Amino acid sequence: MLRIRAFEQHARIGYDAGEIPGVVHLSIGQEAVAAGVCANLERDDYVASTHRGHGHCIAKGAHPTTMMAELFGKVTGTNKGKGGSMHIADFSVGMLGANGVVGGGIGIAVGAAQASRMLGKKNISVCFFGDGAVNRGPFLEGLNWSVVFNVPVLFVCEDNEFSAYTRASTTTAGKGATARAEAIGLETRAVDGNDVFAVYDAAHELISHIRGGKGPAFLYAPTYRLDGHTVFDKAPYRSTEEVEHHRENDPVAFLESRLRERGVETSQIEGMRAEARDEMLEAMDFARRAPLPVEHDAFLDVQIVGAPQ
Amino acid sequence: MSVQSTTQATTMTIAEAARDALAEEMRRDATVWALGEDLAAGGIFGTYKGLIDEFGPQRIVSTPISESMIMNVGFGAALAGTRPVIEMRILDFALCAWDELINQIAKARFMFGGQTNVPLVVRLPQGIGRGYQAAQHSQSLEAWLVHMPGLVVLAPATAADEKGLLKSAIRCDDPVVMLDPKSLFASTGEVPAGNYTTPIGEARIAREGNDVTLVTWSSLLPTALDAAEKAGAAGISVEVVDLRSLWPWDRARVLASAARTKRVVVAHEAVLVGGFGAEISATITEEIGVPVARVGAPRIPVGYAPILENTYRVNADKILGAIQKITR
Repeated sequence: MLRIRAFEQHARIGYDAGEIPGVVHLSIGQEAVAAGVCANLERDDYVASTHRGHGHCIAKGAHPTTMMAELFGKVTGTNKGKGGSMHIADFSVGMLGANGVVGGGIGIAVGAAQASRMLGKKNISVCFFGDGAVNRGPFLEGLNWSVVFNVPVLFVCEDNEFSAYTRASTTTAGKGATARAEAIGLETRAVDGNDVFAVYDAAHELISHIRGGKGPAFLYAPTYRLDGHTVFDKAPYRSTEEVEHHRENDPVAFLESRLRERGVETSQIEGMRAEARDEMLEAMDFARRAPLPVEHDAFLDVQIVGAPQ
Repeated sequence: MSVQSTTQATTMTIAEAARDALAEEMRRDATVWALGEDLAAGGIFGTYKGLIDEFGPQRIVSTPISESMIMNVGFGAALAGTRPVIEMRILDFALCAWDELINQIAKARFMFGGQTNVPLVVRLPQGIGRGYQAAQHSQSLEAWLVHMPGLVVLAPATAADEKGLLKSAIRCDDPVVMLDPKSLFASTGEVPAGNYTTPIGEARIAREGNDVTLVTWSSLLPTALDAAEKAGAAGISVEVVDLRSLWPWDRARVLASAARTKRVVVAHEAVLVGGFGAEISATITEEIGVPVARVGAPRIPVGYAPILENTYRVNADKILGAIQKITR
């Protein structure tokens, strides 16, 4: 979580300094969901993520150095500078991509899980999405499909209260995401998405259920997006008081206090924080020095048959 | 054909040829599977007939009517080591899954920096079909697909090519859109025996001629051959090029024929405006300066009543008119 937080803070610095050319959606305040879920996963399990996907990537094992280089648009980036933040992917660790389309990862996760089962593998898929995705068709289609075909997939609804600039509660009818998942017949749990221990435990239970062949599951993890929708959104649609109130529930601060309660020294925590910061400073340095793509690269990786001339 | 068989050819329908192609590939490669609506029942055109019995419900997957999920599950499954054949029933329904096809599938290889191939086939039977199915069951949208970087686009018109190209599509490591010729599924043709494939990107000379080159594809091929026959009776020798692959398309063969005949007509069932015929026409003009006439549907939705549908349809007389005009 400290590494995710540090990555996001440095991505902000890189954007503000004009070193990151494109849009970045930060997940500051939501780190416990990514960390708590992915701590239950193996390397060959799959994750499909969202436009706000840095945390999921790091938690799944992607390297911050190549991730940061991708944000900088460099050829040494995870995607050779062709995807940027919204498409960051690392297939070597089962990270099947962030996604620029809300709900875009749902079918990908279901399909990867269905394929794994067809191939006789034991791995599962996890799909992260936000509160906005539950109002899109693929949410219904994907959940229904997963139950119909008993697909080994965990859906994680990371509700950060905002569908872009709009409070999700004002655009979502009925009793919410969990009730929808229950109605379709998934095993569901709802936990405090800012409590990494609760997220870990609930995900552990659901993933055991899935690995046991008992069907897909759904985890609802409400949290709060402490920054704007994007790095250029100052979020004028909500009050400073509201944000300050939520800072008191900062999942990183919460984790630190729990660790201290369990006897971890403050100095140790500060040491971990410094280590995370140094790692990200190094990632920034690597990204800065990495080469940019050249014009010709725009013509590569499009397709094999009928490739651009 | 890349492999010519020495044994005898068989006469079969395009639907049967398609089914045989898939069955052969599924036998050859255990990672090939198919998903779509009503597949256990054989598919609405019979292109999956009996496959459930041989391959079972894990590999012939009858899905809910969930187009975006059918498309995206296929995509995810392609990323995870299988080679799915995604059946969309008819092209018009695939519009419910356009995000998945265009935003996800077509761009994945590039967007992810070449980390992955996307070996899948999307089957989109297109065109007017049996007729009188009105505006949401009759469209031809190849121009949209050819426009999209990342996709391979195939449009066979014969049983032999349906089989050979579907097999090539399944073996291809790129996402391939197979525009099955809906109106021709029941029409028969000779299919070579043996395990052959038809190469992607190669056009076929369906009829040789000297005075004018007629480029066409998919459902319109029989109509084009009919028009060529009529033109022949009127003393105009027409060479008919069945394009078969729309991306990549066989520029060399088309340009060679055009350079020889010095006159070209491009005919397609789709709407003329912004149609793929315009791309071919412009290429011929830019490359060798040969005059080209285009024939396509008017820019109207396909109407239900026979007279309305026929107003949309490209028929042999319309093609013949273009041939006569350009050779005058």
